[in-house]
Amino acid sequence: MEKAETGFSPELSAFIAEWKDKPGNLIMLLHRIQEEYGYIPRDAAERLARSIELPLAKIYGVITFYHFFKTKKPGKNTISICLGTACYLKGSQALIDEARDILGIEGDEVTDDGLFSIDPVRCLGCCGLAPVLMVGNQVHAKVTKDQLVDIIAKYKSA
Amino acid sequence: MTGEKEVAESRPIGAAPVGAAASGGMVAPVGAAAPGAGAAAGARQYLLVCGGEGCQSWKSEELFLALHQQAETLGVKNEVQIIRTGCFGFCEKGPIVKVMPSETFYCGVKPEDAKEIIAGRIAAKKDVERLVYKKEERLAATTRVPEGAFYNKQFRIVLRNCGVIDPENIDEYIARDGYAALGKALFTMSPLEVVAELRASGLRGRGGAGFPTGLKWELTRVAPSDQKYVICNADEGDPGAYMDRATIEGDPHSVVEAMAICGYTVGATKGYVYIRAEYPLAIERLKIAIRQAEEYGLLGKNILGSGVDFELEIRLGAGAFVCGEETALMRSLEGNRGMPVPKPPYPATSGLWKKPTVINNVETFANVPMVILKGSKWFASIGTEKSTGTKVFALTGKIRNSGLVEVPMGTTLREIIFDIGGGIRGGRKFKGVQTGGPSGGIITAKDLDAPISYESLTALGSMMGSGGMIVMDEDDCVVDVSKFYMDFCVDESCGKCAPCRIGTNQMYTILDRITKGNGEEGDLGKLEKIGQAMTKASLCMLGGSAANPTLSTIRHFRDEYMEHIHDHKCRSGSCKALVRFTILADKCIGCGLCARRCPVPCISGEKKGVHVIDQAKCVKCGECFVSCKFGAVVKA
Ligand SMILES: Cc1cc2nc3c(=O)[nH]c(=O)nc-3n(C[C@H](O)[C@H](O)[C@H](O)COP(=O)(O)O)c2cc1C
Ligand code: SF4
Ligand code: SF4
Ligand code: FES
Repeated sequence: MEKAETGFSPELSAFIAEWKDKPGNLIMLLHRIQEEYGYIPRDAAERLARSIELPLAKIYGVITFYHFFKTKKPGKNTISICLGTACYLKGSQALIDEARDILGIEGDEVTDDGLFSIDPVRCLGCCGLAPVLMVGNQVHAKVTKDQLVDIIAKYKSA
Repeated sequence: MTGEKEVAESRPIGAAPVGAAASGGMVAPVGAAAPGAGAAAGARQYLLVCGGEGCQSWKSEELFLALHQQAETLGVKNEVQIIRTGCFGFCEKGPIVKVMPSETFYCGVKPEDAKEIIAGRIAAKKDVERLVYKKEERLAATTRVPEGAFYNKQFRIVLRNCGVIDPENIDEYIARDGYAALGKALFTMSPLEVVAELRASGLRGRGGAGFPTGLKWELTRVAPSDQKYVICNADEGDPGAYMDRATIEGDPHSVVEAMAICGYTVGATKGYVYIRAEYPLAIERLKIAIRQAEEYGLLGKNILGSGVDFELEIRLGAGAFVCGEETALMRSLEGNRGMPVPKPPYPATSGLWKKPTVINNVETFANVPMVILKGSKWFASIGTEKSTGTKVFALTGKIRNSGLVEVPMGTTLREIIFDIGGGIRGGRKFKGVQTGGPSGGIITAKDLDAPISYESLTALGSMMGSGGMIVMDEDDCVVDVSKFYMDFCVDESCGKCAPCRIGTNQMYTILDRITKGNGEEGDLGKLEKIGQAMTKASLCMLGGSAANPTLSTIRHFRDEYMEHIHDHKCRSGSCKALVRFTILADKCIGCGLCARRCPVPCISGEKKGVHVIDQAKCVKCGECFVSCKFGAVVKA
């Protein structure tokens, strides 16, 4: 948040400059902003609107259409649990319930220490290894309910 | 060939390609420098380590490094080449290491096994038996899986290089005749001839609808315009399918090459790959592939001196299933909300930015270089008369060997599920297989011998779809699964047209109440009526096919729906609200394990005495059912 108030990082600004004149750039720019902040802060969207001369309403129209874009700050570790068909059949809904139980959060809430949030996703493309969850860039395969405590503990201490 | 390999490796990327182009000549197919072809070359062995996302989750990266380190330590560095490849398809048993030229598979390999493999297979030339795939199958003799069955019935065109080459090294692709098709098209074929070859091959779109690819290119080719585009649809939205991801991760150049051929054929100078943001590894490999192709003069201005220009750019999706639909995808690529628009006009005349556009699926493109190189006759000889070539499926669900399979069209579902997939896991009974994901339907045991083709699957009330194949057993409830798919469609409906926006919601509400035991007389009739209306009146095929899973399960499993509605019973035990766990007094020995496992807790009983469940408090988690070792806990 603070960073966005004082302006975009040089890298982010350079990216915007590079993409500014490419047709259909909005989604790529939003991806880059979310990569920087973990979500799309309101003032970053406003700043983007000014720098590419697009109405803020149009930008929000796009942000809200796509599941991937978040307008709320997620936990430091987002636990993405797959709810695709293969994972669902192997009980991933129970994994989501259990993980929410362990962390004591619901929906898109973040734990009080700001460390975790849970994001049910549709298919991570590792269906052969269902059920699957992903923390950061690490995929955990064939996860059982019993393993969740350990997985979470690992990221807590990291 | 070993020598040739060395040369290829020591050449810095960016130098002229093998046998190449400065002179305007074709990219020569450079012998068969692929690993494995070199059996005759003697001493040198190859270890191919799977670097697909699936295996990476099982530390294949660490394994790769450990193998390198051990080869160094044990002083056999020159006797082995360790290569990271794309997915072998056999995800169930990952991480996989394939040994060449002996073609042995090691399964479930851990970084700790590196030393044994190097010392055994490489230094002493003896297999590490405990890791070898065949052996493992033999031990599990009861499974009745013939040796190596997973690969026996497969035929690889699309996945020809997956698990064989290093996807981050263009030289390895070139060594396997890569970019030879582009050279052939550019220098020996007119655009019309390319189209004719594709049409004669019978290749049809693998993204779901099965439209003839040659015709699609021809329509775009003849559309007059100053600017045209080529798009690769890598949005792969079907939850439970990952063929396209594996293709791009394992062989990104096949798609790049095909898109360049397409650009030349239709007269487009610009291409886009629209790929899911959820696939970071595939995106990275594609970026590398595009950069390498540019450096080799295979993309960009004046490709190989032919005067043809074609540049390629990657654009990311953002998690909306409807953006897999071609008109929605193009709106998204233009930077808008991804909402479909009515057809016609078709993309071939008015697509991206209203310019003529070819849009094809990843797998469709991956077939193209092979059609050009080996000819339409060869391609058309594979498969059935109207569905030529092969199809890749992601075989998942309750199957013993889940993974990617590529089979000739015309193979039966039974062969895929039972011979290749090894049947149902845990000795359970087969119930049905869903093809076409949330747009498809269920196929039951009586139709397992149908040969797979676009027409046959449609006739069975399902569809080819993009290649998801989800196997269900007796523990899966068809009502619950239909509800799952409908929930998905509610989430993913873009809301533009009323039949889909309202219909999916209404159907979901009814399905939900049936699974909770509150189904009403006449609910099935309502589902059918709403479903038919949606099918007819929706603007795009998301709404147009959203009712399929429900309608097809009602057709095949009407009695199960009725059981839910009338008897408040779910025979598979999936619908939690309808299950009841009880403890059989004559079987319970009073060990108390269930009571300790129960999270509520709501099981009481003296030690060594019969235990009872307090039904009012039970949350139906099923822990007691799984934990009891004496079969005393039953669900009904
Ligand atoms: C709701 C919906 C989702 C789709 N998703 C995909 C997809 O993920 N990948 C794909 O290639 N085609 C998808 N399609 C099909 C495309 O609209 C289009 O037919 C296809 O990309 C054409 O390529 P092909 O001729 O090579 O199959 C989808 C269609 C619909 C209606
Ligand atoms: S059918 Fe559904 S997804 Fe397609 S346009 Fe209509 S509302 Fe949107
Ligand atoms: S199903 Fe779960 S809550 Fe109910 S009795 Fe068994 S362990 Fe306890
Ligand atoms: S369904 Fe979970 S990874 Fe595909």
